[in-house]
Amino acid sequence: MRILLIEDDQDVARHVSRGLKESGHVVDIAENGIDGFSLATEENYDVLVIDRMLPRLDGLTLIENLRSRNNLTPVLILSALGELEDRIIGLRAGGDDYLPKPFAFEELLARVEALGRRTFQGSANTHLKVSELEMDVLSRKVQRAGQAISLQPREFRLLEYLMRHSGQVVTRTMLLENVWDYHFDPQTNVIDVHVSRLRSKIDRDFEYPLLQTVRGAGYMLCDSE
Amino acid sequence: MIQNKFIASSTFRLALLYVTLFAASVLLLFSFIYWSSVRYMAAQSDAGIQTEIQTLSDRYERAGMPGLRRLILERITRQQPTGSSLYILTDPTGRHVVGNISRWPTVEPEDGWLNFRLETRDRDNPETHPARAKKFQLSGGFRLLVGEDIQELKAAQRQIIIALGWGVILTLVLGLAGGFFMSRRMLTRLETINQTSQNIIDGDLKSRVPVSARGDEFDRLAINLNQMLDQIQELMESIKQVSDNIAHDLKTPLFRLRQHLESLSKLSEISPEHTQALVQSLSEADRLLGLFNALLRIARIESEAVKKALQPVKLADLARDLAELYEPLAEEKHQALDVVIQQSPTVIGDQDMLFQALANILDNAIKYTPANGIIQVTVTEDANQAIIYICDNGPGIQADDHEKVFQRFVRLDHSRSKPGNGLGLSLARALLHLHDAAVELSGNHPGLCVKVEMPIDK
Repeated sequence: MRILLIEDDQDVARHVSRGLKESGHVVDIAENGIDGFSLATEENYDVLVIDRMLPRLDGLTLIENLRSRNNLTPVLILSALGELEDRIIGLRAGGDDYLPKPFAFEELLARVEALGRRTFQGSANTHLKVSELEMDVLSRKVQRAGQAISLQPREFRLLEYLMRHSGQVVTRTMLLENVWDYHFDPQTNVIDVHVSRLRSKIDRDFEYPLLQTVRGAGYMLCDSE
Repeated sequence: MIQNKFIASSTFRLALLYVTLFAASVLLLFSFIYWSSVRYMAAQSDAGIQTEIQTLSDRYERAGMPGLRRLILERITRQQPTGSSLYILTDPTGRHVVGNISRWPTVEPEDGWLNFRLETRDRDNPETHPARAKKFQLSGGFRLLVGEDIQELKAAQRQIIIALGWGVILTLVLGLAGGFFMSRRMLTRLETINQTSQNIIDGDLKSRVPVSARGDEFDRLAINLNQMLDQIQELMESIKQVSDNIAHDLKTPLFRLRQHLESLSKLSEISPEHTQALVQSLSEADRLLGLFNALLRIARIESEAVKKALQPVKLADLARDLAELYEPLAEEKHQALDVVIQQSPTVIGDQDMLFQALANILDNAIKYTPANGIIQVTVTEDANQAIIYICDNGPGIQADDHEKVFQRFVRLDHSRSKPGNGLGLSLARALLHLHDAAVELSGNHPGLCVKVEMPIDK
């Protein structure tokens, strides 16, 4: 994917761009809002990663300007304000996702990749298939290798999200925000327990595991063995 | 209630004491006035009688019995019918010679004075009056009695008693009324100081004691208190500022440190042991960052610098979602997590913040309730207040510590072994206060009940 990173903190910019490049992405960096805005309008990016506080033109205004020109490139907002509560303001300005600093790089990577995929893998698809696992979203049926699996409603939504982002790291926070639709900071890793329940249903009685734990990042549903 | 408070006030008690003392001294003074005036009046009357006896005996000496008789008759006829002088003259046989009383009084004299009851001459309206008289032995066996009907004197004395009594009553009434108004005035001014203190205790650190233009001792007290409060507020803010600054300033280098560790851990040439150590360091760094973030978040919420995404929130749905999210965690500990929806109130608030607050409370309940325990989330309402109870049958918290657990970094002894940073309940309370919600802990016999109460959206 082609990613534009607009970030004035050179340390953060260097670290993030190196990580993204290592994951196989192409990264451009802009150090202020004006440069970032020119690059974003002139070039064609899959995802924009924009810091909220930028010299010359602040992040939120930049996004508003982009949106008013009908530029709909997905935007991940980074915020040093570090507040869950600021998320709303960021999203209202036209951001697609919001990540407070400090963040783990894996969290950023997972979100950037999720945003990038969103453009070409919509939720219109009602039949999902990952390896031998199949889901019919409309009839709410799940089967693996032809064997029906019965899931609770929440487990179904969890699996649906994982399947729509298969082959991609999905963090605990992403699951909480997208499957439960609550933006909060759980003190305990409640998500792990839900995932392990789901895992026992889709993986335990089968030859190989599909649902992987990615250390320090989250989970991934793999397409292949 | 207010009346009791008023009577219990020290100003009122002081006023009461003052009035009592004042009334006692007034009573003493009046008693003295009464006593001396009565004595003076009695002495006047006695002296009059004495002089009259002297005059009459002189006349007897000079003009003999006829002269004396004439004089007495003259005195009797000259005096008004209501006159008070009494005369009786008897011959040696005890026969009445002249006088305006019919017979010699039968009482025994004391020190030469006779105190007796006198029947009035008014036939239509007979009554007895007190009288006082002195007898005098004239030469030739004649006995003279000169006295006075002291009914008027007694009446005057009674009049004095009544006047003085009214004086005492008036003093008491005026004193009590004055004390009442004075102490109420003092109480009102003290009450404003109390109200301010209460506001500050309730968390409104900006509240100050009003100062009037009079510049009296209450105003000086108010000014001093306000200066003290300013200083305390400054100190508190600087402490908060310092700890928040520390958190803020350490956050950036810690974030950098984390980034470097992260980069290192991705290098392919390091050994598995090193990777292990790096992963551990990373998780430590994450823990610290989480702590600083939580601290900064509480600080921002408490200073109300955050924006709430206000919307109607159905507490029943929130409670069900909460229980649904935490149910597997409870199940792992073989705990029963029940949701009881008695009423379904809607409140206005930020759904995520409310969820965070309740999640922290529920998380604690699950954490501290032993295996096989019961945790119950109840949603109900009472008089325009939406109420959520999160109750468990775990070890509970001693009543003394109920307030303490909401303070930052406070972890009770038995909780030190559990994971956590001691900020969960502080954050919960800060978030709930932002929603005008009250949090209250109580015992659940056994266990702990957390009650969250907030206004219902009408």
